[in-house]
Amino acid sequence: MISLTAPFTEEKIRALKVGDEVEISGVVFTGRDAVHKYLHEGGALPAEVSFQNGIVYHCGPVVLRDEQGAWKVVAAGPTTSIREEPYQGEIIKKFGLRGVIGKGGMGDRTLAACQEFGCVYFHAIGGAAQVLAECIKRVPNVHFQKEFGSPEAIWEMVVEKFPVVVTMDSHGNSLHKKVYDASVAALAKRL
Amino acid sequence: MSVLKDSIVELIRKTSAEIPDDVQQSLLASLKREQAGTIAESALKIIQRNIELAQSKSQPLCQDTGSVIFYVDAPRDFDQAGFEETAREAVSAATKAGYLRQNSVDSITGRNDGTNVGPGAPVLHFHQHRSPEIKVRMMLKGGGCENVGAQYSLPIEKMKANRDLDGCRKVILDAVLQAQGKGCGPGILGVCIGGDRATGYEHSKHQFLRKIDDRNPNPELDRLEQDILETGNSLGIGPMGFGGKTTLLGVKIGVLNRVPASFFVSVSYMCWAFRRQGVTLSSEGKIQQWLY
Repeated sequence: MISLTAPFTEEKIRALKVGDEVEISGVVFTGRDAVHKYLHEGGALPAEVSFQNGIVYHCGPVVLRDEQGAWKVVAAGPTTSIREEPYQGEIIKKFGLRGVIGKGGMGDRTLAACQEFGCVYFHAIGGAAQVLAECIKRVPNVHFQKEFGSPEAIWEMVVEKFPVVVTMDSHGNSLHKKVYDASVAALAKRL
Repeated sequence: MSVLKDSIVELIRKTSAEIPDDVQQSLLASLKREQAGTIAESALKIIQRNIELAQSKSQPLCQDTGSVIFYVDAPRDFDQAGFEETAREAVSAATKAGYLRQNSVDSITGRNDGTNVGPGAPVLHFHQHRSPEIKVRMMLKGGGCENVGAQYSLPIEKMKANRDLDGCRKVILDAVLQAQGKGCGPGILGVCIGGDRATGYEHSKHQFLRKIDDRNPNPELDRLEQDILETGNSLGIGPMGFGGKTTLLGVKIGVLNRVPASFFVSVSYMCWAFRRQGVTLSSEGKIQQWLY
């Protein structure tokens, strides 16, 4: 198990390879379909949010507000990342992302951007909303909640030992590609 | 609050927070199969921890609490319209309580009013029967697994899939291949052979009401189910698509008649976080028995 703590420098990210199990500690920002489309169309991030050397988490959490007004994450697993494939590569480039957390993997354009700009794809366990919510220690802020709705908002989350697996690294390797190719070959033998 | 509304909220809570026993047993068996020290094993261990946490905290197993789908079997004097109204109130209350995510969006404006109630939400299927029993079953089906569902119109020349059971087998396995880990595997397949484009998908989802370890009473379909389960698990896709021995936990196949010109095979995929539960209700709406 590798510990990855903020700041997420290019050096730390480049050292990771496919198959590494990693625990992330630091700030991550959620962003999913609406945010990616908005940024890709030239939208600006709120002044308080910076993706530079940051990590974006494809997640639409269940969040409740307690009596003191503090946000409490009730459930927060990853959503399917491939929907962001049309946008992700350019957002990595434009905003200087170092990591993308999601599930299901992404395609060639994202893989190429990871290689060129020094970013990795972290696969969280889909559906493990409670285990992952336990790792979210604080939610200092939320942006675009009104515009995009709660699941699509940018939630700022302070995470501790958030468990993920590197399935696409910054050296052009993708576990998803490897498993897909092997399963195509295995199925061909069984048809 | 009415008795019926309380009962439906409780049904939603339990469905969202607790994995049914048949699914849990199947997941535990898959954990034993995976090789120690692999990321497939790690994934299944996290899944087990998640199941325990969700149950103990009474919180959603998965944050995507999905489409809310009810299947109601009731006698002919049952107040269907009244049930529907109460179910909508219960869904809204369960959302406020955090058992459901604010998960229902206007398809044109993108607006999410936070209630989970709107056109087509929740989904209700009513079935009148001659027994006095009132049976309410429900499923929460997340978007990730719904998105990897597929419908095939046979024949498909490039797949050499003809209008026969072998053709069905080929396209069902193609659906498994295309899904990879994106539907949050290990998954369960619900399949319908026949029907039209609407009833085919509907009937494929209906298969998820069967228990994972049951067997199809039709011997031909039983053979096909077992074959696809075994073949699917030999592909090495594994939990979450990380590689490994468990790609599927179960395969359930139903059949509907078709018109001579059409031959659809509809495949629905259910993630490991298989949230389905059911109850029988008294005539006052009180929960009498849990079904899974």
